[in-house]
Amino acid sequence: MSSSPSPLHLAVALDGAGWHPAAWREPTARPGELFTAAYWSDLVTEAERGLLDFVTIEDGLGLQSSSRTEPDGRTDQVRGRLDAVLIAARIAPLTRHIGIVPTVVATHTEPFHISKAIATLDYVSTGRAGLRLQVTARRHEAAHFGRRTLPPFGAGDYSTPAGQELLSSLFDEAADHIEVVRRLWDSWEDDAEIRDVATGRFIDRTKLHYIDFEGTHFRVKGPSVTPRPPQGQPVVSALAHATVPYRLVARSADIGYVTPHDAGEARGVVEEIRTEQAAAGRAEETLHVFGDLVVFLDDDPAAAAARRERLEDLAGEPYTSDAPVFTGTPAALADLLQDLATAGLTGFRLRPAVAGHDLPAITRGLVPELRRRGVFRREYEAGTLRGLLGLTRPANRYAATATSTA
Amino acid sequence: MSKPLKQIHLAAHFPGVNNTTVWSDPKAGSHIEFSSFAHFARTSERAKFDFLFLAEGLRLREQGGEIYDLDVVGRPDTFTVLAALAAVTEHLGLTGTINSTFNEPYEVARQFASLDHLSGGRAAWNVVTSWDAFTGENFRRGGFLPQDERYSRAKEFLSTTNELFDSWHGDEIVADRRTGTFLSDAKAGAFVHKGQHFDIEGQFNVPRSPQGRPVIFQAGDSDEGREFAASSADAIFSRYATLQEGRAFYTDVKSRLARYGRRPDQLLILPAATFVLGDTDAEAEEQAREVRRLQVSGATAIKHLEFVWNRDLSGYDPDGPLPDIDPDPGEHTVARGRAQVRMYRDPLATAREWRERAAANKWSIRDLVIETGNRQAFVGSPATVATTINEFVQTDAADGIILAPHITPGGLDEFTDRVIPLLQERGVYRTEYEGATLRDHLGLDHPDDARGEREAS
Repeated sequence: MSSSPSPLHLAVALDGAGWHPAAWREPTARPGELFTAAYWSDLVTEAERGLLDFVTIEDGLGLQSSSRTEPDGRTDQVRGRLDAVLIAARIAPLTRHIGIVPTVVATHTEPFHISKAIATLDYVSTGRAGLRLQVTARRHEAAHFGRRTLPPFGAGDYSTPAGQELLSSLFDEAADHIEVVRRLWDSWEDDAEIRDVATGRFIDRTKLHYIDFEGTHFRVKGPSVTPRPPQGQPVVSALAHATVPYRLVARSADIGYVTPHDAGEARGVVEEIRTEQAAAGRAEETLHVFGDLVVFLDDDPAAAAARRERLEDLAGEPYTSDAPVFTGTPAALADLLQDLATAGLTGFRLRPAVAGHDLPAITRGLVPELRRRGVFRREYEAGTLRGLLGLTRPANRYAATATSTA
Repeated sequence: MSKPLKQIHLAAHFPGVNNTTVWSDPKAGSHIEFSSFAHFARTSERAKFDFLFLAEGLRLREQGGEIYDLDVVGRPDTFTVLAALAAVTEHLGLTGTINSTFNEPYEVARQFASLDHLSGGRAAWNVVTSWDAFTGENFRRGGFLPQDERYSRAKEFLSTTNELFDSWHGDEIVADRRTGTFLSDAKAGAFVHKGQHFDIEGQFNVPRSPQGRPVIFQAGDSDEGREFAASSADAIFSRYATLQEGRAFYTDVKSRLARYGRRPDQLLILPAATFVLGDTDAEAEEQAREVRRLQVSGATAIKHLEFVWNRDLSGYDPDGPLPDIDPDPGEHTVARGRAQVRMYRDPLATAREWRERAAANKWSIRDLVIETGNRQAFVGSPATVATTINEFVQTDAADGIILAPHITPGGLDEFTDRVIPLLQERGVYRTEYEGATLRDHLGLDHPDDARGEREAS
């Protein structure tokens, strides 16, 4: 028998040796193994031991950089990474319960390929797949594809009309991308495969649907080559810092990751997303809003502070992030998460500052603490990621149409 | 002096969406669920096969304007399945078809380099190229190519991905905690490619993988395809599984290598073939006939004839004679999304030849399709099949075979249990994997060795 999903949802964001740029120099880091399957499977099985809802895996179409807009040519930080969807697929058979959510860049990729890749990740994980949608305005990444050039876009350009126009265009494209991906997931009805020996028909082709998507940036015919995945619709998520991406989350995602720095700010962000969600006609649907936090966790608050300081010394600069940075004990983090939850956040995606240290601190320190407080699961309640998140398996949009017009 | 015995290369083709697969057999399982792929891969590894091969499709097949429903329809994503299979196998090579028309080099290179890292050096790429607008309708590129440009794009695609793979040399990651040096070279991965099809530059973001580059397969059979393979491939996936045709193809392709400065052993010839086993040869023959009838129903026979005729032939009796009308030689519109259609370059001549063969042998439409489509190269008792395969390889009709069983996923089990031991007894097939990577299994040079030789010379 399954109980209701955990009242508080918890994910970790995996990125190389950890989110602090000097994380790879820590004693628990395995910097020489970042490109091996064993490294990733160890991280994800650790997350699963902590009964976390899911892991996300960062990715990008260029080398990592300390600059938001261009390569930095640095050699003192981790550079290079493996394709996140392939890492996800490689670890899926080694785990049984935890959701696996690779990053997918919408800007230079084909929604047809992404749709079948994530559907297949859902098959190889038997219903635990999701994706994190990302856009990129980086000119040098566009040059890796050579299909279009993007205008210069610096940190100061967010507020300019040209900058806003570029961002809107990239997010509109991402919205189209995910719309195509979702339509393709539905392009086979669940019972399309009939294997009718009497008539020799493997499928009932009336249950396959052309998606006939036509948008500003591309058109896609369909149907998918891959049948509808086990979850029907794998979980779609995106990180959002401002109104344009909030709108994408509100319209297209199942989870938005946001970065408010206190409960008041969180309340405002959640309100903005809920308003957009209602405007998009999705008010009745479950849309999670997760808070993102970078965490330095130790049982002794001074140890956490010292560790952060040590890493900052190694990096030669104070650590900053788009997300709030928490430094302290699991109990203090639990207090903070519960406080933020009162503002309407339904879960959290924690970014371990040092994967080898802060991930086990989450699974072995924070998780038991949350459990003691009665706000986190004691066992996995469901076999799918949607189930863990309290999302129902959605009806197929095309099957619904067929029924209503019958 | 007699030639030393060649070691046979064997591999497995996961049965896909053509009519090889007998999905109606009660033993047939899912062709989508991962458990099927895992079973198939584990059996392949138990058999010490070089690799598992997975085909790709980017648009569902259509015939007469409707999605084709008589064969298996649907398949999972190639890269995703191969990466997952790396988790349930240790040695087996993981070969996937990836199209060079509906992808971009940067993305494909990072996917293959990632697969090679995540599998410990077992990745291989069957480079194919399409040019049809039909498939292009699923891609934002909207794209397709004039037929005469497809090899030019494929060649440039492959050379571009090689530039990306080679943009890391393998010694850049030093990860020295003490000095804080992660990379020895800030320019790791730097590349510039300016060509007819691709104009790209920047830095590749996957470090050099265990094999340096994935093993490259090629499958085209035209003159251009053979040249492409001779110049750029490590193995060719051929379709000649009879002794005579196989030897002719083998001789032709191997003779093309010298002009690219390559040795004959640098390109393996591996035809795909099906097999049927029985306790006796007679029993296997009987089973093979039955399998062929299951693979080619009356309806399937008519549909296959339409590939050539390019007309609606639904009014014809599959058990009757071939149509006396000629094929419609115009643009192919009846059957779309099928590689087979492109094999019939001269439909009028094919129709003429088929009519003659059918008349001479008193074949019905269904008989004709069964006979012309038959790829059951290896039929017999385990001893007969072992002997035939061995002869096939020892007499240079091929360097090995890619086995395509007709049952998913258990179609290799019997072959593994009953034929493999016989090949091992004869000393023509490995009893253990000797190396770690697919290049090791196939006896191919590591690309860095070649680079070393070139630089030294």
